[in-house]
Amino acid sequence: MLYILYSVAALFITLSIILSLYRIAKGPSMPDRVVALDLVGINLISLIAIVSLLLNTTAFVEVILLLAILSFLGTVAFSKFIEKGVVIERNRD
Amino acid sequence: MRQNDIILQTTTKIVLFIILAFSVFMFFNGHNNPGGGFVGGLMTSSAIVLFMLAFGLETTKRILPFDFKLVAASGLLIAILTGMGSFVFGVPFLSHTFGYFTIPILGEMELATATLFDLGVYLVVVGVTLTIIQTIGEDS
Repeated sequence: MLYILYSVAALFITLSIILSLYRIAKGPSMPDRVVALDLVGINLISLIAIVSLLLNTTAFVEVILLLAILSFLGTVAFSKFIEKGVVIERNRD
Repeated sequence: MRQNDIILQTTTKIVLFIILAFSVFMFFNGHNNPGGGFVGGLMTSSAIVLFMLAFGLETTKRILPFDFKLVAASGLLIAILTGMGSFVFGVPFLSHTFGYFTIPILGEMELATATLFDLGVYLVVVGVTLTIIQTIGEDS
């Protein structure tokens, strides 16, 4: 019973990832693609949580936190590149 | 025109310590669980990269006045010395050992010499990653 529930949740999250991939491919502007990429990262975190429930293991708990940190870092770097044209500034005064 | 990044800077001041604590956890967790020196080093360097994104390159150089090439070199030195330390006891190169010690607060713990080798890996990863990112960031 619980197995079916997890599988349905994983199916819907996969559907959500596919829809955001459509936005990444189609998105008219660059910020659209960055937001969709952030959404893919967060959906992947949920998918990893569900897969670790399906496999009945706690070995993937670190991966969740790590992916959250990397997704945040990547979004910040992309936003700075879009806004200012440079990712790491020389001097900020 | 100079823009104000107060939300990013305030968030960085809090999140930085969470990432650093996570990297230390990953480093010491590596013996019996997923983790280890490589992932811990990458997490530490990603924390420093987040600081660079929020505050700029010169500020990072002022608060962390290391030459990161020397950090990588000292990591290699630690790893090699850990391997050569086994010669003192007359066993082959890179032989590792472990023992159970009683520490006042934490109780009985398993301490392994593999942790020292992992410390070398950690320092090499931090040094190499930050050298690459600083070198790319400087020549713009």
